[in-house]
Amino acid sequence: MNDTAPSGPLLKMTGMTKQYPGCLANDHVSLTVERNQIHALLGENGAGKSTLVKIIYGVVRPDEGEIIWDGQTVNIQNPGHAQRLGIGMVFQHFSLFEALTVQENIALGLGLAKERLGLRERIVRISNEYGLPLDPDRVVHDLSVGERQRIEIVRCLLQNPKLLIMDEPTSVLTPSEVRKLFVTLRRLAAEGCSILYISHKLEEVRALCSAATIMRLGKNVARVIPAEKTVKELAEIMINMDLHAPTPRPLAPVSAPSRLVLDKLTIRSPHHFGTDLKDISLSLKGGEILGIAGIAGNGQSELMDALSGEILAGKPENVVIDGVPAGHKGPHDRRRIHGCFVPEERNGHGAVTTMTLAENAFLSGFTRRALVRFGVIDTKKTSAFAETIIKAFDVRTTGPKAQARSLSGGNLQKFLVGREVLQEPAVLVINQPTWGVDAGAALAIHEAIMALAAGGAAVMIISQDLDEIFVLADRISVIAGGRVSEPVLTRDATVESIGRLMGGGSAPAASGEMAVA
Amino acid sequence: MLKIEARGYESRFWRYASPVLALLLTGATSGLIFMAMGRPAGVTVYTFLIAPLLQQDGFEALAVKAAPLIMMGVGLSLAYRANVWNIGTDGQFTLGAICGGGIALAFPDAPAYLLFPAMVIAGTLGGMASGGLVAWLRIRFNANEILTSLMFAYITQYLLVYLVTGPWRDPQGFGFPQTALFSDTALAPRLIEDTNVHIGILLAPMIAIGLWFMLEKSLLGFQFRVLGQAPRAAKFAGFRENRLVWIAMLISGGLAGLAGLLEVSGTLGQLTTTLSPGYGFTAIIVAFLGRLNPLGVIPAGLLLALTYLGGDAAQINLGLPNAVTGIFQGILLFYLLGCDILLLNRFRWVPLKVV
Repeated sequence: MNDTAPSGPLLKMTGMTKQYPGCLANDHVSLTVERNQIHALLGENGAGKSTLVKIIYGVVRPDEGEIIWDGQTVNIQNPGHAQRLGIGMVFQHFSLFEALTVQENIALGLGLAKERLGLRERIVRISNEYGLPLDPDRVVHDLSVGERQRIEIVRCLLQNPKLLIMDEPTSVLTPSEVRKLFVTLRRLAAEGCSILYISHKLEEVRALCSAATIMRLGKNVARVIPAEKTVKELAEIMINMDLHAPTPRPLAPVSAPSRLVLDKLTIRSPHHFGTDLKDISLSLKGGEILGIAGIAGNGQSELMDALSGEILAGKPENVVIDGVPAGHKGPHDRRRIHGCFVPEERNGHGAVTTMTLAENAFLSGFTRRALVRFGVIDTKKTSAFAETIIKAFDVRTTGPKAQARSLSGGNLQKFLVGREVLQEPAVLVINQPTWGVDAGAALAIHEAIMALAAGGAAVMIISQDLDEIFVLADRISVIAGGRVSEPVLTRDATVESIGRLMGGGSAPAASGEMAVA
Repeated sequence: MLKIEARGYESRFWRYASPVLALLLTGATSGLIFMAMGRPAGVTVYTFLIAPLLQQDGFEALAVKAAPLIMMGVGLSLAYRANVWNIGTDGQFTLGAICGGGIALAFPDAPAYLLFPAMVIAGTLGGMASGGLVAWLRIRFNANEILTSLMFAYITQYLLVYLVTGPWRDPQGFGFPQTALFSDTALAPRLIEDTNVHIGILLAPMIAIGLWFMLEKSLLGFQFRVLGQAPRAAKFAGFRENRLVWIAMLISGGLAGLAGLLEVSGTLGQLTTTLSPGYGFTAIIVAFLGRLNPLGVIPAGLLLALTYLGGDAAQINLGLPNAVTGIFQGILLFYLLGCDILLLNRFRWVPLKVV
């Protein structure tokens, strides 16, 4: 990291073009990362950021374009080649073996035996130097998400990179973990390791990055200094439209009846390394939006499945929908009593990607929209229902016969939210309403959720995005380690107070941080 | 260099062209094999695929062979679409034949209007029982149905051998491993007098059309398709997997049992130790060749029936071993699965270049 630095930018890419079947992912994109710079790569989902980064890391070969690395024209063959050049990458989804220790996981990533010599000491030294506390002997499945990310970072730093690529690194972190990460990244940049920071969280980019390249639909649209722009301006460049905040809405009257009640809901997770739900009691009134904040993997998907009926509760009274004990009812019967659900994963859970939009509308809509006659699918009515969703939610597609997988993430999410909202539920539960969705679609989804609540439905949103929860929710609870905190009114809550609760479940992380301080 | 590249969508053209290409490649490859065996390739392929149809009764024989293949292939295509991998239809076929044949042997004097329907019911129930057992093992013990259904096929075969060489052996049969001939009232009704064209030949395409409608148009069929393509989405919708596994195994088992009963009461007229020349396994090829679509199974069943006739013709006319049928079918399945790469991918010639 202490090379005598030659002049000129560290990485200069020009005219990068990559054509996928049916999609020009990168269209003559350029990117220049200076030395000692934290450079943001901004853009909506599908803007082509990942493709560009995969080219840099040697995962994807470009069709055209020139890459100048450290003053030399290079042709990056594969990730191993990229690493030898001094390029490291921390992926959004970690590749760690849960059952192995920190040191074992790092050793697995190193190819040669000689690289493993003195590994333990090097891990400890690097983690101390950069404020990344890690115990090499801890088993990964005991670690918090923030600690797991540190393993990935340390793994990269062992290679003495000159450029570290970070893909959406903060989506899994608590606010305090984010602050610590930023300290580490600034320090790395100052010592000569440039950072390419991929994100769509504009506040963070403004706080952290000294330059930003903004992409839209596979092309460069701007190169800016983030601190000189407001968040709104950045967002508008990113999506090329004027943004307006969702309209605020009056609180639900105190006298309104409860439409969704959870009473001492306790569930054993059916998954290995899943999170058990412990003694959850909540009550939602009609017209109210309750936000469940929390870091990924703290029981959100178990809570979602327990509410939708994919996991049954111990007693019928554990889950009461609109006055009917529903703990023993499956998803189909919960829809009959006016419950509707949008799971987190679109592909293969909320939607069958290989089926048409009409068939996907049928999937969860056939009960409440009466789309079956004498056991036979009413194709006309089904197609009309899909058409209604497409129109009402401005889903960009060729029509009800389009396959679900032909839609972008944002459009498919609009379709799935629309499918449930248009069934006029009394209770709607949504897990990650706008995960991986562009800003325009997110706004449409937020407005639909608010309109549904204004119409008297009880809505629960489970989200890792605190901004989203603060915008939408009347009250906020936090899920940590399978327990849900007492809801607080949003106007009485702060990001700090919620953030503290979010970290509350992971004691190991806290003790690790103590060691550093 | 030649490069395989993802299309990003499913090609409509190759959906139908891939089985045709597989067929052509099978013809070419088996031609080469015949050449290696010292036979002229053209003549052999002609003997295999064309000659049987030119014979007197050629089409009649084809229909008789195709009927059980279509019935079983339809049941399998339904099960496979739901990710239920029943590969033991040969056993379900045999158990259907044993149950239906048992009724025929026990009540030889019963009138036809009672006896034949009772045999049909017994045969179907026998196949369903065999399939149901596999479903129960999967649901109760999480036992892989590929293994259990295959093992039951062998168990059933030995049960048949035991019965036919033991308690059910024809006392007047000079010790041959076969039962007494069924009475006339136990024979499947004929569509054409004095031929083997029995009622099953009419039934098979009707079942195919009925199940096609069920699979493509009904709520139940939709549940099967969702379960096969996205099991988590099926759970989200509230479709009960266990119930669907039961139904898929009962239908595919029941149809195999019915096919077995019709084979013994329509063509053989008695039980012997070799009821099925591997019909149950050939039906797997039929299901895939028919694109797991019950309507596609009809032509696929006819084609595979032709390979049985062709195998007989090759044995008689060219002196080739019986195994040739199996080789031909194996090559066909290999190319069928292989050609499906073209559904989602395409080959592209990329000149080597420096980026």
